[in-house]
Amino acid sequence: MAKKAVETPQSDYAQKYGFRDAEKPLFQAQPGLSPKVVEEISGMKEEPAWMRDLRLRALEVFQKKPMPTWGGDLSGINFDDVYYYVKPTDRQARDWDNVPQYIKRTFDKLGIPQAEREFLAGVGAQYDSEVVYHNLREELAKQGVLFLDTDTALREHPELFQEYFGTVVPLADNKFSALNSAVWSGGSFIYVPEGVRVDVPLQAYFRINAEKLGQFERTLIIAEPGSYLHYVEGCTAPIYSADSLHAAVVEVIIKPGARVRYTTIQNWSTNVYNLVTKRAVAYQDSIMEWVDGNLGSKVNMKYPAVFLMEPGAHGEMLSLAFAGKGQHQDAGAKMVHVAPHTSSVVVSKSISKDGGRSSYRGLVKAYPGSVGAKASVRCDALVLDDDSRSDTYPYMEIEEEQVSISHEATVSKIAAEQLFYLMSRGISETEAATLIVSGFIEPVVKELPMEYAVELNRLIQLQMEGAVG
Amino acid sequence: MPKSLFVIEDLHVSVEGKEILKGVNLTVERGQVHALMGPNGSGKSTLAHTLLGHPRFQVTQGRVLMKGKDVLPLPPDERARRGMFLAFQYPVEIPGVKVRHFLRMALKASKGEEPSVTEFRKQLFEKMALLEMNRAFSERYVNEGFSGGEKKRNEILQLAMLEPEMAVLDEPDSGLDIDALRAVANGINKLAGPQMGMLLITHYQRILNYVDPHFVHVLFDGRIVRSGGMELAQELEAKGYEWIAGETVA
Repeated sequence: MAKKAVETPQSDYAQKYGFRDAEKPLFQAQPGLSPKVVEEISGMKEEPAWMRDLRLRALEVFQKKPMPTWGGDLSGINFDDVYYYVKPTDRQARDWDNVPQYIKRTFDKLGIPQAEREFLAGVGAQYDSEVVYHNLREELAKQGVLFLDTDTALREHPELFQEYFGTVVPLADNKFSALNSAVWSGGSFIYVPEGVRVDVPLQAYFRINAEKLGQFERTLIIAEPGSYLHYVEGCTAPIYSADSLHAAVVEVIIKPGARVRYTTIQNWSTNVYNLVTKRAVAYQDSIMEWVDGNLGSKVNMKYPAVFLMEPGAHGEMLSLAFAGKGQHQDAGAKMVHVAPHTSSVVVSKSISKDGGRSSYRGLVKAYPGSVGAKASVRCDALVLDDDSRSDTYPYMEIEEEQVSISHEATVSKIAAEQLFYLMSRGISETEAATLIVSGFIEPVVKELPMEYAVELNRLIQLQMEGAVG
Repeated sequence: MPKSLFVIEDLHVSVEGKEILKGVNLTVERGQVHALMGPNGSGKSTLAHTLLGHPRFQVTQGRVLMKGKDVLPLPPDERARRGMFLAFQYPVEIPGVKVRHFLRMALKASKGEEPSVTEFRKQLFEKMALLEMNRAFSERYVNEGFSGGEKKRNEILQLAMLEPEMAVLDEPDSGLDIDALRAVANGINKLAGPQMGMLLITHYQRILNYVDPHFVHVLFDGRIVRSGGMELAQELEAKGYEWIAGETVA
């Protein structure tokens, strides 16, 4: 068997997701960041004064905070070049026929309307800075479920909004949460009333079209006691020579006995910096599950967190990262045990190929008094060639003695014996390697709804093609 | 004269510069079962791996003809597609890949077309019933957490599904208790037939209590030093490999 040749899978990405629309947006703010730009965004959105002031405060914090020097290399970002707000259309549709034709074509190509018909309870579609389409099945709306874009939620449900916005991720949490708070636009707002189960997933799809765009959606999810929700998000972008920036903030509040599963298939083109703050607070006997698949982007820094606030709360993270040529996936999880008898599980699977780099960076923290807390972290890395790299940074801050914490990490390569075994059954070397990779990620993939599992396996297959024997 | 199914001609093989096989000759026709016996270190596993093209084994001389074509230049997957099969002595774990999925891929790869889902299921369950295997087995990950007996039976299941023309079985009996041995041997007997040639490699004579080979060969120090029928296996069982060693040296 010959040594694996290195080829780029990006040509496939270009075909399937890399197209772009040439249409002029309705409005595009000047590039660069200033109080004027922030006020302009707030003004266009006709926001209340408190939100405008919050944005301006956040801008100050953003400008004061230094760039992080850990994690990925962010030196390629020039904040003055970025467009912070690009508005594609002046209205939001509840029917795909009312979405401007060129935007509808984009989402048709991405298969969103079809997916909505077939297996989703509701869909939001964001194109550059604004959500252009939003719809929720009527029976859920009747039960009091709210599924809106975040701007609409601010207008229509100001009290609910103000009660929770920024309570899980304060604007000054980190440089990029401050940036998001200053210029946020779009995102999903979901409210699930007490005892209501949303059994079919709600999905949001985020599409960057404009070059050098910064997309800063803001998502807020409130699950009332005993409710259930599965929310799924996906994202893609065209391939430009200039880089784009995506800095989202996601806040999830899970009340006692509720359960939320938040699934992400991140497949940005490899010129996007993806710097996202995701955090959940989980109250008594509630469950928060992050399922996080990172396939795209140039530099990805994302560490979804669960704060386990009350006894019986459980946090789970299933993380999957694929770092191909020119990519750095710096991903992980934070599990913060505040209360006694809380539990958390982290399973991370990373694959590095063609010189890609994947890092697991995670924190398990147990506060004094978190008696009986249990945490387990398992990180498995698969490195497909000698040019690629994998690192593990598992931080532990354990301030309580009566806890049980476990950590396991493995790094492996595809064994020659595995390839020989599969090939002796007629399977080609590329297919054999792909099969081994898909088996490696199976523990994460099997947690996805079937349609996404199929899609994810297909994406992995694309990434693996070109590994010619 | 019609071409032989499978011919090994003067095969010399080295591993890391050391010659292990020193000129092996063997012909297997359709419908024949050949047993190849030999002590540890005689080159049995080297032969099995070399026939399917494991990259660690370097052929320095000779040919291996499958239906008249020398397969030595071909990678393992192409040899399989030409009708060859190896049941592994130590089957390899493929974590996260279900037996069912693996078999379907292998079938598609070796036959060139994908069977329909229903057709595949039917075929799979038939073969599993033939081998007295529980259906739930096909939902497990390939060789992961399998007992020794389960691993060997999984190899026989693959043999049943892929229906190769030339099957090399590398010590399918090693490490098995008597019940598992009987199950594996029954499977082999059910699958051997007029269309298939079989090379059954074994250290011990005991599997030959269940499987009747047409020919028995003894591999010693990289060469086939004796060929005969069942009586040869019985003689070996009675006298041990030292007998061969003594004769070969003399």
